[in-house]
Amino acid sequence: MAPSPSLDPTPTESTPTVQFLTPEGELVTSGPAEEYASYLERLTDDDLRAFYRHMVVVRRFDLEGANLQRQGEMALWVPSHGQEAAQVGSAFAARSQDHIFPSYREHAVGLVRGIDVLSIVELLRGNTHGGWDPTDPTNGNFHGYCLVIGSHTLHATGYAMGMQRDGVVGTGDPEVDAAVLCYFGDGATSQGDVSEAFVFSASSQTPNVFFLQNNHWAISVPVRVQSRTPLYLRSRGFGIPSVQVDGNDVLASYAVTAKHLDDARSGKGPQFIEALTYRVGAHTSSDDPTKYRDEDVHNLWVSRDPIARFEKYLRAKGEGDAFFDEVRTEADDFAADIRRRTLVLEAPPLGTIFDHVYSEPHPVMAEQKLWLERYEASFEEEQA
Amino acid sequence: MSPTESTPVVTSAGPSTPAASRVEELPMVKALNAGLRQALADDPKVLLMGEDIGPLGGVFRVTEGLQAEFGRDRVVDTPLAESGIIGTAIGLALRGYRPVCEIQFDGFIYPGFDQITSQLAKLTNRGGGAFTMPVVIRVPYGGHIGAVEHHQESPEAYFAHTPGLRVVSPSTPNDAYWMIQEAIASNDPVMFFEPKSRYWPKGPVDFAGTAAPLHASRVVRTGTDVTVLAHGAMVAVLMQAAEIAAGEGVSVEVVDLRSLSPVDYGPILDSVTKTGRLVVAQEASGFVSVGSEIAATVAERAFYSLNAPVLRVSGFDAPFPPAKLETKFLPDADRIMEAIDRVMAY
Repeated sequence: MAPSPSLDPTPTESTPTVQFLTPEGELVTSGPAEEYASYLERLTDDDLRAFYRHMVVVRRFDLEGANLQRQGEMALWVPSHGQEAAQVGSAFAARSQDHIFPSYREHAVGLVRGIDVLSIVELLRGNTHGGWDPTDPTNGNFHGYCLVIGSHTLHATGYAMGMQRDGVVGTGDPEVDAAVLCYFGDGATSQGDVSEAFVFSASSQTPNVFFLQNNHWAISVPVRVQSRTPLYLRSRGFGIPSVQVDGNDVLASYAVTAKHLDDARSGKGPQFIEALTYRVGAHTSSDDPTKYRDEDVHNLWVSRDPIARFEKYLRAKGEGDAFFDEVRTEADDFAADIRRRTLVLEAPPLGTIFDHVYSEPHPVMAEQKLWLERYEASFEEEQA
Repeated sequence: MSPTESTPVVTSAGPSTPAASRVEELPMVKALNAGLRQALADDPKVLLMGEDIGPLGGVFRVTEGLQAEFGRDRVVDTPLAESGIIGTAIGLALRGYRPVCEIQFDGFIYPGFDQITSQLAKLTNRGGGAFTMPVVIRVPYGGHIGAVEHHQESPEAYFAHTPGLRVVSPSTPNDAYWMIQEAIASNDPVMFFEPKSRYWPKGPVDFAGTAAPLHASRVVRTGTDVTVLAHGAMVAVLMQAAEIAAGEGVSVEVVDLRSLSPVDYGPILDSVTKTGRLVVAQEASGFVSVGSEIAATVAERAFYSLNAPVLRVSGFDAPFPPAKLETKFLPDADRIMEAIDRVMAY
C-alpha cells in the first residue's frame, strides 16, 4: 500500500503489507498475503455480511455520537470513522474466551464483542468513568477504555501472564486456549509503558497480540514524529514477531489477526500487528484537524474508505441492493435508539463519588458521603 | 539458605495449626519473610513480583528462600522496570491473582507512579465495583542506612494523598509479620512501607497471636503530659525521647500511627484529650506531609483540649542530603525533645 509521504516514516524497500482487497474491491492473494489466505476459507457469506453490517452500524453510531455532542448531550466525542475495517476484522478474529484490552476509540470492537455502546455515550457524557462490566460474560471480555495512552498494554500483558498460570495457553484444545488482544495507536508506541509491555510479554512469552492501529495522527502530530522506521519493525528488537497489514481491508485485518491469535494461544508468545489506517475525523470533538492536516493526503485516504471497498467486493460477489438497503435501515434504527436512550439519561446518584473508591468499608468515604448528603438536604430544608 | 532453615512460621499447614504460644525474637526482615511465606502458603493466588527477589532473595533478603519453596511462577524475578511491575500486577489482579510487588528502594518508585495513582488506585472506582484490585506494593523506605541518593527517601505522602490506596507502615517485627498478611488479604491496593533502618533490630514476633486491625493506630507507651506520634522507624526515636523526657520529669505518651491512610484518629484524639499537647514526627519533609494533615485534623477536632500548638518535627524541606549528613537531616531524640520542651512551655 502506498504510504502518505508527508505523514509516514521513511519507507523501507521491503515493507511487506498484507492486503487481500484492492481499493477497487478486487480480491487478490499475492506476496505476503499468501501466508494468510487459508484463514479466509473459514469465513462464510454470513460472516462477510456481518463484517459489513458492523462496519456500517458503527459508522452510523459514530455520526450520531458526533451530532449528540454538537447538540450539547456530551462534553466530548471520540470518532472512529475510517478505522472500521481494522477494528471489525480483528475483533471477529477473536474467540469468545479471548480478552480484549481497548484504548478508547475501539467502538467497533466493543460492538462486535457485545457491549451496549450506549455505555460509551455515558462515559463521554460524564455519567461514568467506566460504563460496562468486563466481568459480565455478555460483554465479551471487553475491558474498560483507558485514557492514559499506552498504560493498558501492561494490564493486557499481566492478564496474559495470569492466563499462563491458569493453564489456558498451548493446551491444544481450541475451546480452552486463550489470548489477549490489545489495541493502541501510533502515538502510544512512543510511551514507555508500551515498550515495557513488549519487554514483559517477550520475557514471559505471554499470549498477547498487540494490535496497533496506525491512523497516522496522534492528535495533531504525524506518525513520522513518533518514529523514523515503520512501526511494525518496532517490536522486533524486543524479540516479538510482527506484520504490517492494510487496516482498511477488513479481510486482511481478519486473517492476519486470526493467524497471530492462533499463534499466541498455542504458546508461540507475543505477536505484533501494525494496521495501516487513517483517522478521517478529528482526534476528538475538541480537535480542529484543519489546522494541521494535508488535504491531498486526507483525500487520498478518504478514497481508500474501508466500507466502500468492502461494498464493491460484496456487490461483485452478487450481494444486491436489498441487503445494502437493509443494513442502512438497521444502522439508522440503531442510531435512533442510541439518541432516544441518550436523551433520557439522568445524572448519576451522589453516592457515585464515594461508593466504589474502595471495595471494603472506608471511614473517610463513609464520613464524607454522609456529610455531602446532609449538606445537600440542608438546602431542601431551606426551600421547604 | 534452605527453604525451611530458620523458618519461624507455622508452615503450609495453615492457620489450623495449634496455637501454642510461639514467640520468637526476630528482625523485621525475617518477620516479613515469614508473613510472606504464610500468605503464599494460604492462598495459591498470591504472587510475589519484583527485581532480584528470586535466587538473591531481594536486596534486603526479605524474600529469601521463597522462590525455591514456591517456584518461579509464584515468586517472579521481573524485568527491571517499575511501571511494568505495577502494570502487569494490575493485569494479574484483573485475572484473579493477588500480586505483592517489591519496589527495590523508595526512590525508585516514581517510574511506577502513573500505574499506581492513575490505574491501580482508580480501577475499582472506574469499574463501578465490578472487580477489585488486591495488589500490595512493598516499599523499603527511609534513611539511617548510610545509602546513596534515591535510597533513603520517605515518599509516603504522595500515596496517602491518592484516593483509592491504603497506606500502612509497621514499626516492629510483630506488626510486620501480621500487617503484611492483612495487606495481602485486603481487596484494595495497599502501599506497604517498610522502615529500612528497622529491618535488622530484633523484636518479639508472636506467631500464635492475633492481628490488630490493619488500620488501627496504637498507644505504645502511656503518659500524661504530652502525646508524641509517628510511624515506621520514627516510633523507635519517640520511645528514646520518651525515656529521656521521663528522666526530666515529663510523662510522654507515644502513639504508633501504623496506618497513614486511612488514619485511625480515635486513639490519637483520646490521647490528646488527656495530655493537651501533641508533637508529630516523621522522616519525610514536613511541607504537605502526613504529619501536617494529622496536625490540622487534631487542631480541628480537639481544639478545646489543646494547651499548646501542635508541633511537627520532620525532615527538612530539602532533598535528602549525602549520607554523612543524614543524622543532621533526620529528626533524632534531641530534636523531639526540643519540640516537647516547646509544647511544655505553654
